[in-house]
Amino acid sequence: MRAIGIILAGGNNNRMRELSNKRAIAAMPVAGSYRAIDFALSNMANSHIQKVAVLTQYNARSLNEHLSSSKWWDLGRKQGGLYVFTPTITKENSLWYQGTADAIYQNLTFLKNSHEPYVVIASGDGIYKLDYNKVLEYHIAKRADITVVCTTCRDQNEVERFGVLRMNEDCRIEEFEEKPMVSSYNTVSTGIYVIRRRQLIELIERAAQEGRHDFVNDILIRYKNLKRIYGYKIDTYWSNISTADAYYRTNMAFLEPEIRNYFFKQEPGIKTRIADVPPAKYNPGADVKNSLVSSGCIINGTVENSVLFRNVFVGNNCVIKNSVILNDVYLGDNTHIENCIVESRDTIRANSYYCGEDGVKIVVEKNERYVL
Amino acid sequence: MIKKEMIAMLLAGGQGSRLGVLTEKVAKPAVAFGGKYRIIDFPLSNCINSGIDTVGVLTQYQPLRLNTHIGIGIPWDLDRNEGGVTVLPPYEKSTSSEWYTGTANAIYQNLAYMEQYNPDYVLILSGDHIYKMDYEVMLDFHKANKADVTIACMPVPMEEASRFGIMVTDESSRITEFEEKPEHPSSNLASMGIYIFSWPVLKEALIALKDQNGCDFGKHVLPYCKEKGQRLFAYEYNGYWKDVGTLGSYWEANMELIDIIPEFNLYEEFWRIYTKGDVIPPQYVSSEAVVDRCLIGEETEIYGEVHNSVIGPNVTIGKGTVIRDSIIMRNSEIGENVVMDKSIVAEDVVIGNHVVLGCGDEAPNVLKPAVYAFGLAVVGENSVIPDNVRIGKNTAISGVTTRDDYPGGELAGGQVIPAKDGGRE
Repeated sequence: MRAIGIILAGGNNNRMRELSNKRAIAAMPVAGSYRAIDFALSNMANSHIQKVAVLTQYNARSLNEHLSSSKWWDLGRKQGGLYVFTPTITKENSLWYQGTADAIYQNLTFLKNSHEPYVVIASGDGIYKLDYNKVLEYHIAKRADITVVCTTCRDQNEVERFGVLRMNEDCRIEEFEEKPMVSSYNTVSTGIYVIRRRQLIELIERAAQEGRHDFVNDILIRYKNLKRIYGYKIDTYWSNISTADAYYRTNMAFLEPEIRNYFFKQEPGIKTRIADVPPAKYNPGADVKNSLVSSGCIINGTVENSVLFRNVFVGNNCVIKNSVILNDVYLGDNTHIENCIVESRDTIRANSYYCGEDGVKIVVEKNERYVL
Repeated sequence: MIKKEMIAMLLAGGQGSRLGVLTEKVAKPAVAFGGKYRIIDFPLSNCINSGIDTVGVLTQYQPLRLNTHIGIGIPWDLDRNEGGVTVLPPYEKSTSSEWYTGTANAIYQNLAYMEQYNPDYVLILSGDHIYKMDYEVMLDFHKANKADVTIACMPVPMEEASRFGIMVTDESSRITEFEEKPEHPSSNLASMGIYIFSWPVLKEALIALKDQNGCDFGKHVLPYCKEKGQRLFAYEYNGYWKDVGTLGSYWEANMELIDIIPEFNLYEEFWRIYTKGDVIPPQYVSSEAVVDRCLIGEETEIYGEVHNSVIGPNVTIGKGTVIRDSIIMRNSEIGENVVMDKSIVAEDVVIGNHVVLGCGDEAPNVLKPAVYAFGLAVVGENSVIPDNVRIGKNTAISGVTTRDDYPGGELAGGQVIPAKDGGRE
């Protein structure tokens, strides 16, 4: 293979609200059966990238547990493998990762010891399918120094979350603004980059010498007039889950047949850690409409327009509407949940009432988990 | 030297001909069960949950699906540096070559496999029962009684005892007599086909009986051991155990999983059943769908009505369709406005629109009245059923069928459409 992979999964974001108390964004459960990082990891594996490093920092326990075996993504290889790099104290350095570029700098040995000519850098919070080989071919054809995968942001209010860019007719990036408050452009970076390995080492070392730590500001934007930085535009589904609202919307998107078909039925598929739970069970009283239900669920009540993750128990006379219920939640009898995200491994006591009035509500009761 | 206290030998070579078209192309242990599993998952999971990490699986009849399913044993944590799972098909020897002619003969042909682990005990299992059992407890019983052979038995109703191999025991559980399917049983302890042998006893018996034609544990090895005066004990088991050898018992065992708190509970966190998890996405239930009293597998999409049924992974059930009391295995597509009652649909089947399955009165099957009974309509794997046909009870369909196979658009009760071309590719 011509490339190695780096997945940046260290991030946290207070716009995830309570959801990021427990885990890094890359470990967020998505679409019933997956975690966010499965998408980048599966894309790597499906693009025949055999050597992947995941850089973690913020609350990585869930993520480490998820990545405890690399066999699910077929990355348990002698030629390559899956590496998880958390910050460590060394002779030269005793700081946390101070930014994306610094995270790569602190693991520069991994890059130096590899022999593959290219590096694919992706973030762990994107929900998409992409054959990185196509980006790599484009990168080579354009004789680019860095290729940035970008997409059109459909909601102009959302551009402030992203790097916004403008390309010339040759697709070379001429303007790049990181998270502007307002912008007249709507082409945004997806945080996926292709770059020659030696070029990356050189840029990262230079940035480190100058005490610069951020990949976007200190490399992409700083070098955009000096280096050949190109945009590769995708028009397939791409979503970033790093706010609670975006997270909710992304999960709900899987209720649409086109998106379900694209991710679930079309090859290549997304892989994840196998959970060994029995099929979902519908008892008398179950009334399920337009919903995704994962294995291990037991349903005794009403579920509408919702996404149920694994091992959710829905008690008698419950009503669940327009909600995302994360894995291992026990919902006591007569509970009403509407426009909510219910945090995982929780027990919601019988007769509870939760309704997100304006916008989605995050439910965390922190009761001891009730085990069947 | 490698040393394993107890290894397991799992007999998975049988066809299970009483399952009819379900085992036309796969061995019985590879038949799907419970909306997610295959029958062999139960003994394999029992092994790893009991701490047995060395399992030889003896295959013979149609082993492809079984081999693919087992692989190197990853789902059961049986991918080991030492031991793990090994598939043992019959093989050619320098002087002769023969198939496995009987259960004990199959084990005899793999003496070398067992020898390399230097075991103290060998557990013999069959791959066609649904149960959860801690073999370690059985081994403790074996050791406590200083037994040479321990046979797992369960009490059955006296009136059914004549269908089983019956053990007569004294007050210390030592077996004093066997009765093979006795007309007038003198006990109700039925053998479950699970044996623990002390290794020297097993080895000696297998070598002594090596020329026995069709050498079988129940018929030859156990009587031989008893005649030699060895200590045979019955280990009484009182949990759930189901032989899914007939279409009726297979259907029943699946339906029992639907009970609110089933006797055989897959949802307990303790003693998990593992299987190859190759289907990941969640299932989708549409706005028009009605689902109650069901088990439903991953990636299945439901647009119709499903009542009291077990549906496997990646099945599609079309709009306006009504399914009752049925089993549908993985990757099958059921069209729109289908009515299906008490049917078993195997893997990768395509059923057209407006098909009625399992209708009318019961008539005895013309080909195999003992197999295709219980009022079930059975569709074999890779079959295709065209639009607008009616199919009666006690029927069997295998392979790609067209409108011409249904005189007057109907397959009357008790009729069979056998496979013509090996099915849909």
